[in-house]
Amino acid sequence: MNLTLKIWRQKDANTKGKMVDYKVTDISEHMSFLEMMDVLNEQLVNSGEEPVAFDHDCREGICGMCSLYINGEAHGPDRGITTCQLHMRMFNDGDTIYIEPWRAAAFPVIKDLVVDRMAFERIQQAGGYISVNTSGNTQDANALPISKHAADEAMDAAACIGCGACVATCKNSSAMLFVGAKVTQYALLPQGKVEAADRVTNMVHQMDLEGFGNCTNTGACEIECPKGITLVNIARMNREFLKASLKG
Amino acid sequence: MGILSSSIARKVAMALSALFLIFFLLMHVTINLISVCSPDTFNEISHFMGTNPLVQFGMQPILIIGVVFHFVMGFVLELRNRKAVGVNSYAKNNGAANSSWVSRNMIYSGLAILAFIVLHFIDFWFPEINVKYIQGDMSGLHDGEFRYYHELHAKFSNPIRVGAYVLAFVFLALHLLHGFQSAFQSMGMNNKYSKCVRNFGKTYAIVVPLLFIFIALFHHFTH
Repeated sequence: MNLTLKIWRQKDANTKGKMVDYKVTDISEHMSFLEMMDVLNEQLVNSGEEPVAFDHDCREGICGMCSLYINGEAHGPDRGITTCQLHMRMFNDGDTIYIEPWRAAAFPVIKDLVVDRMAFERIQQAGGYISVNTSGNTQDANALPISKHAADEAMDAAACIGCGACVATCKNSSAMLFVGAKVTQYALLPQGKVEAADRVTNMVHQMDLEGFGNCTNTGACEIECPKGITLVNIARMNREFLKASLKG
Repeated sequence: MGILSSSIARKVAMALSALFLIFFLLMHVTINLISVCSPDTFNEISHFMGTNPLVQFGMQPILIIGVVFHFVMGFVLELRNRKAVGVNSYAKNNGAANSSWVSRNMIYSGLAILAFIVLHFIDFWFPEINVKYIQGDMSGLHDGEFRYYHELHAKFSNPIRVGAYVLAFVFLALHLLHGFQSAFQSMGMNNKYSKCVRNFGKTYAIVVPLLFIFIALFHHFTH
């Protein structure tokens, strides 16, 4: 298939960017979206132009690196996938495809389609962990009874890969789905309960410091999340936060 | 802002004020419906509400604070969210693919309702304050009869006013369609009862504004 690509090009964080048109030809419908981007970049390199910078790593939907806003949707028009799992069969011959970086004040563009997502790292560092002794005297995992329901829910929350699609798709650039998933992951398990109040307080505080917006419950994030993280996680974070605030 | 310094606290405060206003709407529509069924009862209730010190100096200020807080906080959240989005917006953004129009445009439906509240105050609240507390006439009478029903009925003779009210109630319905269930989510409720809350919220969002529209049209066409 032959396509017209409209891609955000930006030299660096301090330079103003703009949408630039490119043409790619003979793209196979079996290619992944990133393979199509590779074809474009090969074309650009061969013609002496600067290739388009974009984030990618595992290319199997697990690392959370790829981050493109394609035709107005985070990770493109398919559901439950990351950009690397998006295939060209989702598009038609002759289509014009818009390719943009995540947009949020807390995710500044570094170059072209690459954004700085260190804000997520700092939120994690503020409380997204449990303090355990790793001296070698770790106890048997089965020594702590955990209900199947809690284990399943915690596992579902832990599926968040921190790609930032929730922020990118949110009209308020809110990070509450991400933080909600991280809070939930630990709040449901006995190991996480010890530091639960400090965790949610510190993570929400850091989230606010990073300049993410306020959730208005549009639900766009859970639709675009490649890992199916739901709004239930945000509600739990709100409850945990209120509980922690009332405790003082 | 002290207690409201965190994003979640602001969300919860917004939700609490919203639920308070939702409860008030139910009370308001019930009293208005009485105007359709029994003008005399409507007059008596209006007189009681308009002269009872607890209603006038207790409940009324709380209601005004609730309304003002809800829209001021709405503006604060909107401005903060716009700042969080940053200066560059998407060249192509397909919001309809993942969220409802009403959920994305709460600020606009809210602004329409705010404009209506101004009109509503000019129509009913300011004249009441003038008669009762500036002219000092607490009798509620005009030519020896209660004036409330007559005033209400007369106000709705104007088709432009009725049109504006009907339009405002459509915006109220749009606002409530998202706002009702959103308030519960903000307060941390998302469980097996949430489907029930969503359905009840949608019913409330449609039925209450429809009743207000019916009342406005009733008084217009029976004038």
